[in-house]
Amino acid sequence: MKPVGAGLGAALGATAAVLLLASCGGTSEGATQQPPSTVTVLAAASLTEAFTELATAYEDAHPGVTVEVSTGSSTTLAQQIAEGAPADVYAGAGTGALAQLPEGYAADGGEEVLTRNVLEIAVQPGNPQAISGLTDFARTDLDTVLCAETVPCGRAADEAFASAGITATPASRELDVKATLAKVELGEADAAMVYRSDIVAARDAVEGVVIPDEENVTLDYPLVWFDEDEHTLGFVELLLGDRGQQVLTDLGFSGR
Amino acid sequence: MRRLAGSSALLFALAGLGVALVALPMLGLLLRTDWGDVLDDLRSPIVWPAIRLSLITTAITLVLALIVGTPLAWLLSRSQGRAGRWLRALLTVPIVLPPVVGGVALLLAYGRNGVVGAPIFEAFGLRLPFTPVAVVLAQLFVALPFYVLAVEGAMRSVDRRFDAVAATLGASPTRVFLRVALPLAAPGIVAGAALAWARALGEFGATITFAGNLTGRTQTAPLAVYVSLQSDPQAAIALSVTMLAVSVAVLGLLRGRWSG
Repeated sequence: MKPVGAGLGAALGATAAVLLLASCGGTSEGATQQPPSTVTVLAAASLTEAFTELATAYEDAHPGVTVEVSTGSSTTLAQQIAEGAPADVYAGAGTGALAQLPEGYAADGGEEVLTRNVLEIAVQPGNPQAISGLTDFARTDLDTVLCAETVPCGRAADEAFASAGITATPASRELDVKATLAKVELGEADAAMVYRSDIVAARDAVEGVVIPDEENVTLDYPLVWFDEDEHTLGFVELLLGDRGQQVLTDLGFSGR
Repeated sequence: MRRLAGSSALLFALAGLGVALVALPMLGLLLRTDWGDVLDDLRSPIVWPAIRLSLITTAITLVLALIVGTPLAWLLSRSQGRAGRWLRALLTVPIVLPPVVGGVALLLAYGRNGVVGAPIFEAFGLRLPFTPVAVVLAQLFVALPFYVLAVEGAMRSVDRRFDAVAATLGASPTRVFLRVALPLAAPGIVAGAALAWARALGEFGATITFAGNLTGRTQTAPLAVYVSLQSDPQAAIALSVTMLAVSVAVLGLLRGRWSG
């Protein structure tokens, strides 16, 4: 379903770009017009805000170019690419999902670390349960939630608990990081282990409890591009450059 | 039927397309299954707890649906006023509602800050979300309407003159319900129960939203399929095939026994 949707979206985007070109081509000579161009970007859900903003910025700077951003689970997106979904750029949360990509995936393009994210504990505003760190996830009088073992935020949380020697007793292991955070936002859970960027994105709905560096787990966000088309490289440069990095830092990411 | 065959190949082509749309995904599942390893794949540590939880919770859901749904269906089938129509419309909502929306609604009703959940939490310290009780509540929310509407249809078709005759012979409304409506509507009750049970077994959206996902506690078989698809696709496929087999077996059993 999703690959079809992505293809359809790309087709619609291309159509829109053609119409846009046709409508503003009017008086110019026409012969030197560039072909309509679409950059298809598949990005981890936690990058939604950053990539939406940067895609718009790129489109504004390059009229006629469409940057089509689809977000979802890093693993699911990588599987979709492996099954033939069209993609120029892939940005995942964690390097784990890279194994799902086809062999030699960056042969025609390249790969860089886009940014980093660290774990942080989301609690109710005002921290009514006085949650202070990892050990609170072993308290049985609280409802705590973690991401599922199969998604990056869940693996990172398990890693943090393992190295701290703590046995967490979660009430639930949610399917993705936003669902995990939502349980705290809705007041159903006392604490959730999510990423700092998710807490920044949630604004006043939750409060963050910082985990010290020595107990924390850093998650690398790999950026992969599959071709060297002009606008693929252009968008990659925007992401890795000052502008892109500033947007990411403002959203709670830790920089490259 | 014979006249149809003669007159319209288009009808058959469209009907065939309909069959293909339903059958192809199941065929795909069966073809991709590694039959030699199914038993091994089923040994994945999340599979058995998920199947057990699904069987227990759907059984409880079914019993509760029978207990509260049957009287409700009977009263609805005998109602003629506007109240009955409104009630029927209300019961139809969960059928057309996306299950995940149902999950949000359940959370806002029975959650710690919910309309019903908050007083319960304050009085008894009881928390419904993240418990097997929440799994059953989610299943009831989506499955009970299927049961009630199916049984209501069956009871509506029971001739009202039987009610009247029973009543003139001195039977109370409860007795009419138990001795007349129930036996006559039995095939409809079985069909409704099968439909509701299947719906409860497949419930995903409301469960994940309201009850969460924890192995052995709230992770039902559909949730386990989804989770293991990301880490252990073979286990997901094996579990899917098992659910397909259980569903077909139960429906086949019911059909063989009740409607021939």
